[in-house]
Amino acid sequence: MRSAKVLTGLGLAAVTALGLAACSGGSAPETPASDIELRMTVWTSNEDHLALFDSIADAYMEDHPEVTGITFDPLPFEDYTTTLTTQVAGGSAPDLAWILENAAPDFVQSGALLPLDDTLSADPDYGFDDLSESATALWHDDSGSLVAYPFSTSPFVMFANDDLLKQAGLPTAAEMQANGDWNWDAVSDAGAAVHSSTGKAGFVIRDFDYTTWDNLASVWMGWGAAPWSEDGATCTFDSPEMVEAFEFLHDAAFAKQSMPGPGTTADFFAGESAFTVTQISRASLLKGDFAWNLLPLPEGPEGEYSMIGQAGIGVLADGADAQAAADFLAFFTNPENSEQLAQYFPPPRESQLNTETLAATNPTLTPEQIEDVVIPGIQTGVVRPSHTDSAEIGQEVRSALDALWVADADIPGTLGDVCTAIDPLLG
Amino acid sequence: MADATTIPGRAATRPGVARTGGQPPRRRRPPAYARRDALTGYLFIAPQLAGIVLFVLVPLALVVWYSFNEWNVLAGTFRFVGTENFEKLLADPKLAPVLSATGVFSAGLVVFNLALALLLAVMLNRRVRGITVFRTIFFSPVVVSLVAWTIVWSFLLQDNGGINGLLQVIGVDGPNWLREGPTAMAAVIVVQVFKNVGLNMVLFLAALQGVPQEVQEAARVDGASDRQLFWRITVPLISPTILLTSIITIVGSLQVYAQIAVLTQGGPGISTTVLVYYLVQQAFDFHHFGYGSTLALLLFAIVLVLTILQWQLRRRWVFYEN
Repeated sequence: MRSAKVLTGLGLAAVTALGLAACSGGSAPETPASDIELRMTVWTSNEDHLALFDSIADAYMEDHPEVTGITFDPLPFEDYTTTLTTQVAGGSAPDLAWILENAAPDFVQSGALLPLDDTLSADPDYGFDDLSESATALWHDDSGSLVAYPFSTSPFVMFANDDLLKQAGLPTAAEMQANGDWNWDAVSDAGAAVHSSTGKAGFVIRDFDYTTWDNLASVWMGWGAAPWSEDGATCTFDSPEMVEAFEFLHDAAFAKQSMPGPGTTADFFAGESAFTVTQISRASLLKGDFAWNLLPLPEGPEGEYSMIGQAGIGVLADGADAQAAADFLAFFTNPENSEQLAQYFPPPRESQLNTETLAATNPTLTPEQIEDVVIPGIQTGVVRPSHTDSAEIGQEVRSALDALWVADADIPGTLGDVCTAIDPLLG
Repeated sequence: MADATTIPGRAATRPGVARTGGQPPRRRRPPAYARRDALTGYLFIAPQLAGIVLFVLVPLALVVWYSFNEWNVLAGTFRFVGTENFEKLLADPKLAPVLSATGVFSAGLVVFNLALALLLAVMLNRRVRGITVFRTIFFSPVVVSLVAWTIVWSFLLQDNGGINGLLQVIGVDGPNWLREGPTAMAAVIVVQVFKNVGLNMVLFLAALQGVPQEVQEAARVDGASDRQLFWRITVPLISPTILLTSIITIVGSLQVYAQIAVLTQGGPGISTTVLVYYLVQQAFDFHHFGYGSTLALLLFAIVLVLTILQWQLRRRWVFYEN
């Protein structure tokens, strides 16, 4: 570990390292406990989010004069994990970092994160036991320690543009659900009708864009499919359930045209599609330009299901002020601040998963939507698939799946090729 | 003080001291002013030298060192693996398609960029009204932000984007440019050609304006046609600029990353995954820093060989090169 650090300094900051060595005479002074500056990498650059973080940080620093600065450092979402790990490699790792669920296994299993159990359970008012078991499942290391706080547990839901549905002479989303037609086939039929009559798109799996394939889990879970076995050792892309799910998607894109095809974009929040699957946090993009509704994911052949996306906040174990960072994390996520954060990031606290709390902090959503969609989604949701070496697996799957996004694709053959590509990386 | 008969900087025989054959001449300590001059010279080049050492030689040496190691960034481990990364390189099934894509991309870029730049330069090397405006228009993409330029093109090249919209006007159903292997590579090449053609155009324009008028007039008097004038007089006289632009363009083509990342992410499949993109993927996305360094060495070797080859071949086709 020591040699890695030395080489890091030499390789990626050669000039800085030499300059500092010359100035400091080769010895690193200990950081004085009274002058701690913390930095947390985040992937939001939303001004409201950052203002809330800053206000929590200011409140913390008032009671902790030893911490003189807390900076929230937004990194672009697209390259977030790459930028974060490059910072770690370059010897400029943040003290705290948001970590996406698909990168969680790499961070959790590498030992890069500080165990948090002692810090978070030290204060009885923190309510460590209040953290939902399912929400924290992804963030325990091999010894069972919690190494990141799952600060955002956001269910994937379906937004519907009722105006577009009416324009196409179709029932609204709520009426579809009341009629017992809230399933993928019905949504695809409605999407095709909207497309043919209005020229707008049918249903959009937001952020998929024929590259971010793991977002398709919000569809294939309805068929009971999964990309790999529960132990992560065996590829199941070629399972019959997965083949059926991809046949549905392929049919939607190329035959029914109920889903925009490759290279075609449609933004639900700009009124360009009838439905979109995304996380509830995107509700903030709605501007009131059209009548909309929020529903759970449609049923698949296997029945009801739900999926959640998660982000954790971890403390980098090698940081100079790791314990101070963990103490700040305990404050940042205590019950009071968790309630404030809940207006943007659904909390993992059982006591706050109720209509009162979430309705008070989410003015865009109705109490009914929160009760019927958000809370059940969080309570029953399965976390989006993740695996160690997720970036490499993701690239291999993306590359192999490209053959499927043509009109005359061999779907079972392509999914078999996906397994051939990722088998060496699993297990 | 130096002897008045001594040529500065050259060793002199001291008067009255005979040099004996077979013995090496005694080195004379340079005079003080020469040492001061030398010191001044070294001080002048010191910043540049320090820059080269710190920003070129040290990183280069470290890349070589990293290629013999494997580095797990998150776990913080650094392990010497000997030639393992080089063996992995030789056995990598993706290396051949990646090198093939790199070759196609570089060849396409060089041919289209140089041809178009020369054509534009010839067209804009005329004294017509408003010619400066046209020169500015063709040069302007060079100063536009690369990523912004590429993002705009990614929208234009979508299936329902501007290019296919224009094609539909004339009744042509355009392909899904960025989603089909051959068109994706062509699209990436065209976007890159339009981005940088202005730079080569300006260099060619300067070269064309340096072609002596009297040589061209003499050729015309001798009855040379426009075509003969261009190929037999103009091209040989601007051949040093062709050499320069071809080296710059080839080396530049081997370093293209952002355009691929924005337009195709190396796909469909790995049809547009060029060597630099593959290298960055391996090192920074997959955290295989050792293997990424090995790929960087391969890229370095390719650039070096191509540059030396071009430099050696210049004697064959560059006019007034000895």
